Amino acid sequence: MGAEKKGNWWIWRVFWILLFVTAFEVVLGILKVNEKLPEFLVYDTFLGLAWLTHIFIILTIFKAAYIVMTFMHLGDEKVTLKWTILLPAFILVPYLLFILLNEAVYTYLKI
Amino acid sequence: MDEALDEALVKDHKPAWKGGDQPYEASYGKLMMWFFLITDTLTFSAFLAAYGFSRFKYPEVWPVPEDVFTHFPFLQGEHPLLFVALMTFILIMSSVTMVLAVNYGHKMEKNKVILWLSLTIVGGCLFLGSQAWEWGHFIHGDRGGIETKNEYVVHVAEGEKLSSVYELMDIDKYSDDSSLKYFGLEDLTSEMQEGFDQQNINTLIEQLKVKPSFNIRKANKQFLTNEESIKYLNKNATKVIVGANLYENEYGHRLFADYFYFITGFHGFHVFSGVVLLIVILINVIKGTYERRGHYEMVEKVGLYWHFVDLVWVFVFTFFYLV
Repeated sequence: MGAEKKGNWWIWRVFWILLFVTAFEVVLGILKVNEKLPEFLVYDTFLGLAWLTHIFIILTIFKAAYIVMTFMHLGDEKVTLKWTILLPAFILVPYLLFILLNEAVYTYLKI
Repeated sequence: MDEALDEALVKDHKPAWKGGDQPYEASYGKLMMWFFLITDTLTFSAFLAAYGFSRFKYPEVWPVPEDVFTHFPFLQGEHPLLFVALMTFILIMSSVTMVLAVNYGHKMEKNKVILWLSLTIVGGCLFLGSQAWEWGHFIHGDRGGIETKNEYVVHVAEGEKLSSVYELMDIDKYSDDSSLKYFGLEDLTSEMQEGFDQQNINTLIEQLKVKPSFNIRKANKQFLTNEESIKYLNKNATKVIVGANLYENEYGHRLFADYFYFITGFHGFHVFSGVVLLIVILINVIKGTYERRGHYEMVEKVGLYWHFVDLVWVFVFTFFYLV
């Protein structure tokens, strides 16, 4: 996709990927509210979140990767620029999330 | 066409990190746009993390988005998540048209750039209009809710299916003055007398006694029978809430509406500023500024901002509407 960028075919390919993944997520959401999903997806948790939530997050990161790498052309930039932008995001955001959501249990304690 | 861009970036071929001029081989403008996008990413991550924290502090009573966002313009009935899916589609489409505009910019095809940039602006405006409609409908309210003494919000149901306050009181939800009719008001100035809230609750409880098929769904999503509902409301109900504002909302916890307004509003502000920037760049393209300059890199930089806006929406859509 990156090397021979003649024409616009690769743009439309990413569009269809994004569209189908989004449609899949919406269908999952609708099935969840109509209670037509297997129970373990909605009620069993892993690291505090339901399995269905993990699926949503993974699909969202998948979409985000496609948008950043192809639409924003980050995959075509020099490798140094690519990692200068991605590494701080990959380190800082999960780190802050981890601290915030883990330490937040103190709000349940009564002093 | 790349020669002009190369001339714009003066190249000094010492090794990168040894003082070579362009270790990233990207212009100052593009680097600064990326830098800004990283900071904005951190800002939105902070907001979404705060939302996650608040949402999981109240896991049982937090509203279920598929119950709240069931509306669709011009259609009656319940269509959970469909309008939000449409908004996501509009924004993804506008991202695609933006990439096409950037692509044609690289090839210096001015007319194609104008076409695809204009379509991107149309997509952005459609999204803004949709978000405005969503806000309007959110503020107006859907089912109505009843606040209880511990500040939980309970909802009217029919058996095991959510209904609405309007159905219970036999008012047409889609009429323009449905809220006024519910409260028995003449106009918006004739409210807030002493005992107004209690009177509404009493009317509602009387109606529950007359219509045994209706009951209450508690804040923790548990359905009560008709008799249990009457007892529960008599003991706990304080007022009927219709619609939403920053202080109280009919969907559930106060923070739900607060976060909805703040996060989607902040994102919508980014979309709006993106549309303004796109219009400015479009005017420059039409005037031929970039033809004279020899490269369309400005279109690419604005494209980066626009894709960032789409990216944020993908995350907001997941964490607000799906999780």
